[in-house]
This record gives sequence, C-alpha cells and structure tokens, in this order.
Amino acid sequence: MSKSVRIKTAWTKMNSLLQCTKWQAGQLHQGCLIAPHFFLSSFLLQWPYCLRRCSYCNFNKYIPRSDNNHIMTECLQQETETLLQLSQVSCITSVFFGGGTPSLAHPSTIAAVLETVSRRAHLSDKAEVTLEVNPTPAGMSKLEDYCRAGVNRFSIGVQSLQDEDLKILERDHNTQNALQTVVEARRQCPGRVSVDVMFGRPKQSVESWERELSELLKVCDDHVSLYQLTLERGTQLFKQVQRGELSVPADDVTAAMYQSARRILHEHGFLQYEVSNFARHNAVSHHNMSYWKGRQYIGVGPGAHGRFVPRGEGGVMREARTQTLEPDVWIHEVQQRGHGTRRRIQLGPLELLEEVLLMGMRMTEGITHQHWQLFSSQMGLDEVFGTSMEVQELLKSGHLILDDRGLRCSWDGLALLDSILPALLLELGNRIPENPQSHRVANAQKEKTSTLV
Amino acid sequence: TRLFVILFPFALKDAVDLSKFPVERIRNFSIIAHIDHGKSTLADRLLEMTGAIAKTEKNKQVLDKLQVERERGITVKAQTASLFYSHQGQQYLLNLIDTPGHVDFSYEVSRSISACQGVLLIVDANQGIQAQTVANFYLAFEAQLTIIPVINKIDLKNADPDRVEAQIEKVFDIPREECIRISAKLGTNVERVLQEVVNRIPPPEVSTDDPFKALVFDSTFDHYRGVVANIALFGGQVKKGDRIVSAHLGKAYEVNELGLLRPDERPTDRLYAGQVGYMVAGMKDVKEAQIGDTLYLQQQPVEALPGFKPAKPMVFAGMYPMDQSEYTGLRSAIERLTLNDSSVTVQRDSSLALGAGWRLGFLGLLHMEVFNQRLEQEYNASVIVTAPTVPYKAVLSSAKLIKEHGSEEITIVNPAQFPDRSLVSEYLEPMVVGTILSPDTYTGKIMSLCMNRRGVQKNMVYIDDHRVMMKYLFPLNEIVVDFYDLLKSMSSGYASFDYENAGYQAADLIKMDILLNGRSVEELTTIVHRERAYSAGKAMCEKLKDSIPRQMFEIAVQAAIGSKIIARETIKAYRKNVLAKCYGGDITRKMKLLKKQAEGKKKMRRIGNVDVPKDAFINVLKRKDK
Repeated sequence: MSKSVRIKTAWTKMNSLLQCTKWQAGQLHQGCLIAPHFFLSSFLLQWPYCLRRCSYCNFNKYIPRSDNNHIMTECLQQETETLLQLSQVSCITSVFFGGGTPSLAHPSTIAAVLETVSRRAHLSDKAEVTLEVNPTPAGMSKLEDYCRAGVNRFSIGVQSLQDEDLKILERDHNTQNALQTVVEARRQCPGRVSVDVMFGRPKQSVESWERELSELLKVCDDHVSLYQLTLERGTQLFKQVQRGELSVPADDVTAAMYQSARRILHEHGFLQYEVSNFARHNAVSHHNMSYWKGRQYIGVGPGAHGRFVPRGEGGVMREARTQTLEPDVWIHEVQQRGHGTRRRIQLGPLELLEEVLLMGMRMTEGITHQHWQLFSSQMGLDEVFGTSMEVQELLKSGHLILDDRGLRCSWDGLALLDSILPALLLELGNRIPENPQSHRVANAQKEKTSTLV
Repeated sequence: TRLFVILFPFALKDAVDLSKFPVERIRNFSIIAHIDHGKSTLADRLLEMTGAIAKTEKNKQVLDKLQVERERGITVKAQTASLFYSHQGQQYLLNLIDTPGHVDFSYEVSRSISACQGVLLIVDANQGIQAQTVANFYLAFEAQLTIIPVINKIDLKNADPDRVEAQIEKVFDIPREECIRISAKLGTNVERVLQEVVNRIPPPEVSTDDPFKALVFDSTFDHYRGVVANIALFGGQVKKGDRIVSAHLGKAYEVNELGLLRPDERPTDRLYAGQVGYMVAGMKDVKEAQIGDTLYLQQQPVEALPGFKPAKPMVFAGMYPMDQSEYTGLRSAIERLTLNDSSVTVQRDSSLALGAGWRLGFLGLLHMEVFNQRLEQEYNASVIVTAPTVPYKAVLSSAKLIKEHGSEEITIVNPAQFPDRSLVSEYLEPMVVGTILSPDTYTGKIMSLCMNRRGVQKNMVYIDDHRVMMKYLFPLNEIVVDFYDLLKSMSSGYASFDYENAGYQAADLIKMDILLNGRSVEELTTIVHRERAYSAGKAMCEKLKDSIPRQMFEIAVQAAIGSKIIARETIKAYRKNVLAKCYGGDITRKMKLLKKQAEGKKKMRRIGNVDVPKDAFINVLKRKDK
C-alpha cells in the first residue's frame, strides 16, 4: 500500500469514526466532509427458521430439519464479512436480529455474529442491538444469555392477549407466556423492550381491541408496534376465510381499531413516530428509523434484503440486494462461493428517491428538507411536489403538509398514506428523469460474470 | 361458396340467349320464414332439383355463418338464383330472389319482395307461426303478392301440420287446402312446390317493348370490379356498353358486365324485362347502388319505381378501441365492413373517457348485432361498444334555432345536442309495433314486461288453443337494450318477437346528468323519458358505485335533472389505507404495488377530485354482455 493511500485510508477511517460518534450522539448533520451514508449502515440478520408456521404468515421461513446451528453460524459470519467488506462500511449504527424466529438461535450465534461485525467495522457498545423474541418459555429462558451476547433491546411478538386468538393464529405461546416474557425482558433491558400486537383478528371487535390494548399498556415498556392482520394469499388463514370458516373484521372496523389505538396510545404518552410504531420516553427503534430515513443497510441471511453501495468493488450506485431464499441453498452458496447474494439491482436516481419517499412518508415527521437534500441535491421538495394540482388538493384537504420543515402526512393523512403515495410517485416521476441506461439489463449481465469478493 | 356447379346445357354457352324466355314463362318469387323454419334448406333443394347445384353435395348453407345469424336464423346477404325448370314440356325461368331474413332489414325485404310476384311462406310444422312469420306475411300481403304457405319439417316427430294449417287459416285467412306440406331436408314434396310456383304465381306484368327500367334489390362490393348490383328488370332490355343512370343520385355509368346468378355469376350479353341478374357498371361505392333505387337508360329516362328511401339508421352505438393504439386497425376494419353495407352510417366521435371512436347508426338491433359480430371476427382486438341509443327529435319553437338548423324539426343523436325545453314545442321519440307470439302460459309475465317498457297493447289473439299473438306499440328506446333477452328468458325461449317501425310520437323527454361530487360527467349524460328517469338514474348510480374504487374522500354519485337530484349513491371514503408493516425487506414488493397504482392513476380520468378508471365508464356505457 502506498503512503498516500495509507494516509487516505487512515483519514477516511477517522472521518467515518467521527461520523459514527456524532451519529450515536444524535448530532449527525449535513455538511460532513464526506457523505456520511457511505460509511454508515445498519445491519440486519435474518434467521430463517421457525418451529411452526403461524396461520397468517407468508414470510420466508423454514422449519429446521436438523440441528445445523453450527454451520448456520459459520455461514452468517462468513456472509457478514463478505458484505461488510464489499460495502466498505466502517460503522454499524444498529443491529437487528429478525426472522423467522431469531430467538431460536443459540445465544452463541448472536455473539459470534456481533463479534464478526465488530471485527470488520466499528460497532459502538451503545449501538442498538435488537432481537425479535417469540414469547415462549424457551425464548424467555435465553433472554439473559442474549443480553450477555450483546443484545440490548428486545422486540417481543405478543400479537394478542387472547389465548383463543393465539390458537387461531397458531402461535406457539399463550398469554401467560407473553406477559412473563415481557416482564423478564424489561428486567434485562429496562426501557428497551418493544411489544408487537396485532389487530383486525378474526372475531375481534373495536371494544375487545380497546380492552386488550389497555391490558397490554399495564405491562408493556416504552415501545409498541401495532399491525393490522393482513390476509396473505397461500396462508392457512387466507384459506379459512375464503372457505367461510373464519371472518375478519370489515375495513371500516379495522379503521376504527387503528384510530382508537392511536388515541389510546397517545393518552398513555406514546408518540406515534411511524404508521405502526409508537414510543414514549424517546424509545424509538433506531434501527427501523434508519430504514425509513433511507439509509444504507446490510442484510445477511436467507432471504434478507439490503440496500448499499458496493464500494468494495468500485460501485458508486446503491444496490437493492436480496440473499438466496432457501436456507440450505443459501448455506451451500456461502460455503462454495463465499456469498449468498442472489439478486442485485442498481437503483437509479429516480428509484432511490422513490424509496426515500415511500419510506420517509411513513414517519410522522415525514421527509425534512435536509433529509431530502441528502438524496436530491438538485431539486427540493417544494420544486418536486409544490406545483402539482393533486398535491395542492391534498394540502388543502389537510391530508398533507408541506412547510419549512418538509413534507409529511397529517394525523388523518397518515392513515391514508397508500392513497397519497401514488400521486406523489407520479409527480416525482414527472420531475426526475428515468435513468437513461437500463441498469437492470446491464446488471443482469454483470450478475452472471462477476463473482463478488 | 359452392364447389360443385353443374351447368344447365344451354348455360354452357357463353352467351345465353335469354330472349328465348318470354315473360309468360318467367316467375319471380321469394322465400320468407321465421328463424330456422327451413328457408335455406328449401332453397338448396330447389337449386339441386333444377340442376343449379349438384345433388351429391350435402348442401348446407352454414358456411361462414355468424353466431348471431345462426341464433336468429337470418341471412344478411341475400342470395339470388335463376333456375331453369321444365314443366309440362315448357322451359320456365324461375328467379328465386332471396331476402334478408329479418325486419331490421324490412325495408330491404320489402324492396326484394317488390321484385317478386309471389312468395313461399314457410312455417315449421312443429313451432307453428312465429313473430317473424307474421311480420313477413304482412310485407308480402301489403305488396299484394301471391302467398303460397309451405309447412316444412313434417318429418319431425312432434310435427303437427294440422294445427299449423289451422293457425295459418286463422291468422292469415288462407284456406288450409292451399298449404303444401313438405320436408325440405328429405326432399319430400318439394317438386310440388316448384309446380305450384309455376301454377299459382303470375308472370311479371312487364314488356320488353318498354324503355329499360330496373330495380336494384341488393348490392355487394368487389375489390376488382367495384359494386355488383343485383337487379330486376321491370321493362325493356339492357346490354353491355349501354349508358345507364341511377335515379337516386342521377349519376351515369356504362354497363361493363351483365349476367345471371345461378347462383354463381354467369355472364350474358343482355337481360330482358322480367328477368333478374347482376350488373357491373363502374360504381365505386355501395352507396351508389342503394337498395330500392331505379336504373334507366341515359337516352330514355323513366319515372323511378315508387317507394325508394335511403336507409335510415334507427339504433346508434358508440364504438371505441380498447386501447387508442388500436384506433387505426379498428378504423380499417369498420371501413371494410361498411363497404358491403351501405345502411350503416359512420360518424367520427370522441369521448373524454373512451377516447377517439365512432358513432355508428344501424337499421335495427339485429343489424347492429350482426355488424358487431362481423367486426369481432374481422378484427380480433376487443372493441368497446356502448349501449344503443335511438334518434330522438325535437320540434323547435325558437325562431332563431329554426333558422340555425334550417328546419323546424331536428334529429338528436348525441345528448349534448339536446335542446332545452324552453326552445322546443315538443320532443318526439321513435316508436315501433312489436309482435309477440308465445304459449299462453307466459302471457301474464310478458304483459307486465311490456307495461314496464311503456308498451301499449294494440291487440291480442289466440292463434290456436295455446298460443297467443300480442301486438304492442313500444317506444323503440324501451326495446333496444335488453327486451329481447328478457322476453326469451321469461318464456324459456318460447316467445318470439319482432317489430316494425311506427313513426314518431310526442314524448316527455328530459336530459339526465350524472354528477360526481357535484361535477357533471359529460360522457354519461343521457336522454330519458321522464317516467324512466328515476330507474335509469338509479341504475347508473349503482353501476358507478360498484366500479369507482373508494378514495380518500366520500364521493356522491348523483343523477340529476336540471338542478334536481333524482338518485344518489355514496362511495364511502377510505378511513384507512396504509400497509401496516414496512421495513427493509418489504420495500420492493410494496413499491411495485404502489407504482402499479400510480400507473393506473395516470390512465384514470379526473373529475373534480375524483379519479375515475376507464373501466367504470365502460361498465356504465357498454352494452350488457349476453
């Protein structure tokens, strides 16, 4: 390595470490010497296994056939190294162990992956490290060990506080398990426990939902995620509803459930910061925030998605990357080729902005002018959206707000975001020229010939 | 269309000497019948027996038939054939002049019939008299032709010729002894039909000494020769090279080709009074040889045959390509089809919702159906056909408007042209007389259907113990959309229906607007009878409600007359439309979904703040699927 390169590398590293510190201190601003998003990334590890299939879930997940924990761990470490090197990311701002059921992974696996991350990039001990937990007795018993392995935040899939409903959803826990797990998690990571609950479940009424939520609020910590049960094609639940064996609440009922949950949570001091996420005492999920802010993320594990610039191979454009879905195949690929990336698509300027828009508008703070400028230095929010007739109508009707802070949904608008986004996407497409080269085609060829690393 | 043609000995000679046939040995006749009563089969038998086509070949006139033609048993393009028949040692020239088989074409039928002196009225021995039998009978009766009733299909197991003869006697006042019982399929008794044609039908009362005068009773278009006109000579003679004139347009032509139809073209040098044949005279457009027109020699002008009327469209429908990129293809398909059918009127039209297209005028519903099916066959892409409308009229009271239009009475095809009530003394709507024949078990149901359609019963007779014939005066508008289908389904297919035009009548017409959140949707404005406004408005609002997707705002779908709202449906606003979960892995899928919606949005028409998909317009405007 020449001297100048060495100096440059050292400087870059220092610069990025500085960004890292600033980021952790929550004072990352514009005007950095080098665009910060090149060096920063969050990190997602996807654990593909579940013990059973929930009746509503169509996620990429597999029932493990044999104990391959050891091989899986090695491969996750290998892929972590591969992608960190490829991305040249020097600072990992948060880690999320999702799934599948990551609480099926042995705590040593979690420790090993975190150790690999720290070896390749800076991972502050203050960085948020979240693990999704199925509130089963087995999951609960490992919480302490997970903490020791480096996890400092738990996201617990409570889903429901009705045993009967948990059976319908074919969850492998009951209400009592869930409540105990929450208590234990709070003991391990006070102030850093999130609970997931689901509404719009079969037979649920607005009143029963409100009661349930009140119950939950008695035990929960400072973070709540709520999801509407969506009927996905191909799931057991979908078939049951199709056959008329079960019925789910009508649209107007689920809308009422959503609105009453927003109100109740607000009354309990929870601020909504995203469509489905609520926090008090500032306990927002930094990891998820970085998705919504359009930052880079590295996804490792079968079926994991990532968005980053592969600077390690001289890339300058962000890529949308997907890892091979099937765990066995993924393991095989990592072992044989050293990586498990199945698909890479370069994101042109328009596509990147589309993602920034789609994700950013989910936050209650929306997209600030500064946030937008990180991705669109040429055209501000006002220029892109301000002149559109339809946007004007949305502003007038109070669904949308465009002011000196930026572009965001109003309280009412947020619940209708999917009706607003098509109009915004159209307007964006009108303003930003499509990438002239078909990067998908160009990339498809590249995909065949290149080996990563 | 026929492969095996055996020529009659003297037809072999290039120039048939038709002067051999004095008028006394010529008979001109048509076959008229209700759907599927066996008209084409009998024609085939007659052609075989006179040697015009080979007997060996199974002659089934099903070639190229459209579904609608098969379903409703009509032949739109008439086939004409000259038959040579020996009877009691004499050679006769029998001209079988085929007619389009439906009263939509009643004008054509009446023109074809006017070239004849007699008709064979075929009635199915099982089904008996049907609506079209009645309509066709009256056309022939009014033309004072000899009517020979032929009871066909006597070979059928359920044949009841006695009952049918009784019906004929009762309804048509023809003695039952005059009926000929045949089976065209098996050839039973068909020879007798030919004998009776010679015996009962009089020869044409024409003379070769008169100046040349011919009736155009059909025409087709040939890409090489131009228009081929089928003509019947009412006087004199015509030869190749003669200069002739069309009475309607006053244009002169030179006769290039003449001949007989056997049914294939057999060129001859001359045609004489009383004969029937084809002529090619350099006409470039079927509109130059309109059915009913008279031809004469340029040197010897004659008075035109009475009753010529240019075809008048009675049913209109919009046609639009599904996608505007298909416009040119659809245009040439429509052009090709109208080349052979001068009765279709074509007007360019454009709709904000459906884009550029055409408004086509047809003689009637069936005519429209036939055209549509031809178009589908000819042109494989999907075509949006709007629900049919009828031409209304307004009698203007405003002197200014009268001056503007150049007449007191105007025809309104497009609702946009509907003049305000204050400017007219009355509105008129086209009427028809409908004939319905049905087993009497369905009488009650049919009567209430007719009442609902503003029908006024004119009479009702039992044509036998179980079958009833009803006549109703209907506004045409009431039967153009789904009347026929409803009638068929409520009578398990046993009722038959036919109608003829019955002029115009004053009607309380109003313009109905459709509003979306208070904004009028131009392309949905319709003219309706005041009595029907509420039900029509309600139906349209309901259809729109079902086809406009929920939006962020509540949408009021209203039907209005002037400022008065007569019907309303509400499309409730979305209260929530946001995907619950969206994290790193979900973006791609979600983006795809939203971009698809954004693309769809581009294609929608925005009325006020409401996005209306093209499908919604199509659902409301299009003809109901059969």
